[in-house]
Amino acid sequence: MEIDPFIFRLSIFILSIFVGYYVVWSVTPSLHTPLMSVTNAISSVIIVGAIIAALAGSTDKIFETSNLFGFLAIILAAVNIFGGFLVTQRMLQMYKKKKK
Amino acid sequence: MTPNLSALFYLISGILFILALRGLSSPETSRQGNYFGIAGMTIAIIITFLSVDNFGAGFIYVLVFLLIGGSIGAFIAFRIPMTAMPELVAGFHSLVGLAAVFVAIAAFLKPVAFNLGSVGNIKLASLIEMSLGAAIGAITFSGSIIAFLKLRGIMSGAPITFKGQHLINLILGLGIIFLIYYLCISQSSNIFWSIVIISFLVGVLLIIPIGGADMPVVISMLNSYSGWAAAGIGFTLENTALIITGALVGSSGAILSYIMCKGMNRSFFNVILGGWGATDHTSTAQNKEQKPVKNGNADDAAFLMKNASSVIIVPGYGMAVAQAQHALREMVDSLKKNGVKVSYAIHPVAGRMPGHMNVLLAEANVPYDEVFELEEINNDFANCDVAYVIGANDVTNPVAKSDPQSPIYGMPVLDVEKSKSVLFVKRSLSPGYAGIDNDLFYRDNTLMLFADAKKMTEEIVKSL
Repeated sequence: MEIDPFIFRLSIFILSIFVGYYVVWSVTPSLHTPLMSVTNAISSVIIVGAIIAALAGSTDKIFETSNLFGFLAIILAAVNIFGGFLVTQRMLQMYKKKKK
Repeated sequence: MTPNLSALFYLISGILFILALRGLSSPETSRQGNYFGIAGMTIAIIITFLSVDNFGAGFIYVLVFLLIGGSIGAFIAFRIPMTAMPELVAGFHSLVGLAAVFVAIAAFLKPVAFNLGSVGNIKLASLIEMSLGAAIGAITFSGSIIAFLKLRGIMSGAPITFKGQHLINLILGLGIIFLIYYLCISQSSNIFWSIVIISFLVGVLLIIPIGGADMPVVISMLNSYSGWAAAGIGFTLENTALIITGALVGSSGAILSYIMCKGMNRSFFNVILGGWGATDHTSTAQNKEQKPVKNGNADDAAFLMKNASSVIIVPGYGMAVAQAQHALREMVDSLKKNGVKVSYAIHPVAGRMPGHMNVLLAEANVPYDEVFELEEINNDFANCDVAYVIGANDVTNPVAKSDPQSPIYGMPVLDVEKSKSVLFVKRSLSPGYAGIDNDLFYRDNTLMLFADAKKMTEEIVKSL
């Protein structure tokens, strides 16, 4: 019997939780706010699903209900992607070492 | 583009996201980490366009919507003051949650586009994954909106509790699980919509009983939820980048919640069940007899600090509210000119989100190697001449170490009282968020400076 591809995805998921666990514990506490804003930005990779939803179906019917939800999700995720990465960048620019 | 090839590219963007978080282990590597994150996102978006392979009229619309959202995001990112980071992050969480809900709805309405079967005949596993993604997404959305309103001050930060609240939450939670089961049998769209609506309600009910001081936990928790929602959608779309990211963000938020709870010596469930200090503190606060406090002015403070050899600054949320971080930096600069050694002590739960104080100090050009965490600096108070407490309160209360009856007993606190003298900037003697009196006010070595944090600091700068 073949292994269901779901099991592979589940393996990736569980291993990633472990990776996340160790990587996040090594984040310095002074960067916890940028950590939150950057995790926010990367979780907006959900835009992948939004794009698939928006572009589904034939060209003459691109504004069916499901496409509209896709387009709305694109706007939301895009706000987050640009906003999240840029505000993280803005914060990280401020962290400076003591001038010797 | 073949599905196998795009899956490999999604794996690459997943790895780039891991590297983005890895970069945050030190400020030097963090900026590079952020670029890894941006690269990962760019790859994921381009690969999606190539694999959908539909560059018709729809593609133009997608680009237009992407740019609209992007410009709104960029505008917010450049305009937001650093003191407003907690509500910004809460607001962003709500967007991720809502996006997850929308994608799940789209997948439910047109499963063919996602290879999930056909309407009324969606694969069982996909149905469970998308309804879980939608439910968690909806909870994240409405919960984050409440958190946003509380942080922004539009809604009172006081916990809203009512009888049977936890029972209702439990029933609604079980109801969602039952409906998901029922959805799998019936494939009915009404059931799907009910799951989404009930989850919106649960999000609201989950956050309203949690008070303002517990916001660091709430934000971290919602961060975690947004990750699990993304992972749920990732399973539906069979997309590795989304699964990896969801797991990363989910565990990141969970760890931050844990750190915040530990900083307050409270269990996670204790915070979630809510209502700390809001119930019975009034009686204890009023029954306190008037104890003498020493009252000082800016000149006294300037004199003490100028003649000290080392000063430790203890900032808290009050500093953020008063926007006093720049004035504080000026004060520290002139102290340094006088040869005083100055460092900053940050409690894990200072501020309204993890690391909030560090960002504010960084904004005021305070070098990050002068800023220390609780464990790093706590022993230094004993050798320090002056501790300058600005906008912090509960995190300095020695009662947490001495009085087992106190609600904050056992919470790790900064040993401020061990320094030779303590300057405590505060508007009045009112208790902090935990609703308990701070023993530090009445100590012999404490000088109270009753004023707005910013004004007082500016006056001290003048008299230095």
